[in-house]
Amino acid sequence: MLLKIENIDVYYGAIHALKGISLEVSQGEIVTLIGANGAGKSTTLKTISGLLKPKTGKIEFKGQNIAGAPAQKIVGLGISQVPEGRRVFANMTVYENLELGAFMRKDKDGIKKDLDRCFELFPRLLERKSQMAGTLSGGEQQMLATARGLMSKPEIMLLDEPSMGLAPILVKQIFNIIKEINQSGTTILLVEQNAHMALSVAHRAYVLETGNIVLSGPAKEMAESEEIRKAYLGG
Amino acid sequence: MQVFIQQVINGLSVGSIYALIALGYTMVYGIVKLINFAHGDVLMVGAYVGFFATTNLGMSFLPALILSMVVCALLGVLIERIAYKPLRSHPRITALITAIGVSLFLEYGGMLVVGPQIQTYPSVFPDTIYNLGGVTFKIGDIAMISTAVILMVLLQFIVHYTKTGKAMRAVSFDYQAAMLMGINVNNTISATFAIGSALAAAAGVLIGVYYNSIDPLMGIIPGLKAFVAAVLGGIGIIPGAMVGGLFLGIVESFVSWAGYSTWRDAVAFAILIIVLIVKPAGLFGKNIREKV
Ligand SMILES: Nc1ncnc2c1ncn2[C@@H]1O[C@H](COP(=O)(O)OP(=O)(O)O)[C@@H](O)[C@H]1O
Ligand SMILES: [Mg+2]
Repeated sequence: MLLKIENIDVYYGAIHALKGISLEVSQGEIVTLIGANGAGKSTTLKTISGLLKPKTGKIEFKGQNIAGAPAQKIVGLGISQVPEGRRVFANMTVYENLELGAFMRKDKDGIKKDLDRCFELFPRLLERKSQMAGTLSGGEQQMLATARGLMSKPEIMLLDEPSMGLAPILVKQIFNIIKEINQSGTTILLVEQNAHMALSVAHRAYVLETGNIVLSGPAKEMAESEEIRKAYLGG
Repeated sequence: MQVFIQQVINGLSVGSIYALIALGYTMVYGIVKLINFAHGDVLMVGAYVGFFATTNLGMSFLPALILSMVVCALLGVLIERIAYKPLRSHPRITALITAIGVSLFLEYGGMLVVGPQIQTYPSVFPDTIYNLGGVTFKIGDIAMISTAVILMVLLQFIVHYTKTGKAMRAVSFDYQAAMLMGINVNNTISATFAIGSALAAAAGVLIGVYYNSIDPLMGIIPGLKAFVAAVLGGIGIIPGAMVGGLFLGIVESFVSWAGYSTWRDAVAFAILIIVLIVKPAGLFGKNIREKV
């Protein structure tokens, strides 16, 4: 198991946001975590990344407990997150954003290689290399955030609602790239409100509802089950 | 015309000092959203380190300047770690009040250590007055402006081209996103305090050299003026602090020349008020809402 979350509880002050959830991701998978707005999806990713500390429970990455470890250590171990709302550094250039993605790395040649790979995946970013990230369109910012996430050379990438606010054609493009990234060896944990899209690319899925995991299983089965669709996926 | 140039030179001398101090205010505000009221007092400590380095250790200008900058960089880091860091998750007003406390601590702690009396700064540059087509200046003026310019260029280089500088900009913009890049936010904040305090120390030494006298409360007025300069340029914006400082220096110089030197400080604040009414985010600021 690459990533294993066991019974974590996360609070914002008095608000109990995650109520003892467990989930697993194995090497090479695309696992999706779906659920309505406010279910606790972002909280889950923030806790894995070390932005939040769980009150109880374990988070194991390659057998090592990382619950409560500082964020930079977690990035260094090979977990990178593409946060909700993209959060690109708007006042810096596309190139500088990508450089920041590789902040912890020292292998200059490797960084150069991954930079080339990012520009190959997203030719748009190459054209806009010296442009301020804040001047990019929403779709381009999502590409930049994704590429920036790849620059740390992660073993697992956590993606938080990459489809948010994008036109359907761009959503398709982004999801194709997610598949491509996965096929070249990066494990993916994908958070989405867009359940249909997410289930169509994922191998397995978890459904989160107000801080509890209420359902899990192979993505294909979930997408096909009438009952599940009605109960959890909004028709 | 000579008079005009003369006033511009005087203004640039004082303004470059304001700019150096304003940079520390603005960088710290940019990264932790704190008006560090103790910043002016770090300047005072810097001036004293320079003073003892030249008088007791017999150092010349440059080594004394560097020693003072190093000592204050450490002091700045220490202040942040001890006084501000534990309050980071508290409401901003808590840290602001603490900053005033640190300021008073340095001022009156300083009096305890070095005594409340004014000390005469050793003259590190020859007092010869040069006359260039009616415009007069001393070596000290040149040294001051060039020190300030060199430090500001160095700062721009650090902020734009080094890893620490990029981390500083990233943390200022969005510290959580910066953490996701693997940037150590605590170390980056320390680096910001170190650099800002080192610049304040340089300003302190330059003030000592320029006005020939120092005392434990000497940081208050330049600190306030530099704060005005930082807000004028747009708090949190580095070029804004530079321009704000130089602008304020030049305005003050012309007000004094016009015979209203007692009005100098009032004019500084009047300008601040006008700018804030017309352009609330400062000259270089964008009028955006606070992120919620
Ligand atoms: N910073 C915060 N402070 C307090 N409550 C929060 C904070 N962030 C999220 N929450 C609450 O935690 C719950 C889960 O939020 P989140 O993980 O962002 O949901 P999702 O990503 O699934 O939309 C929500 O009820 C939300 O209101
Ligand atoms: Mg969310």
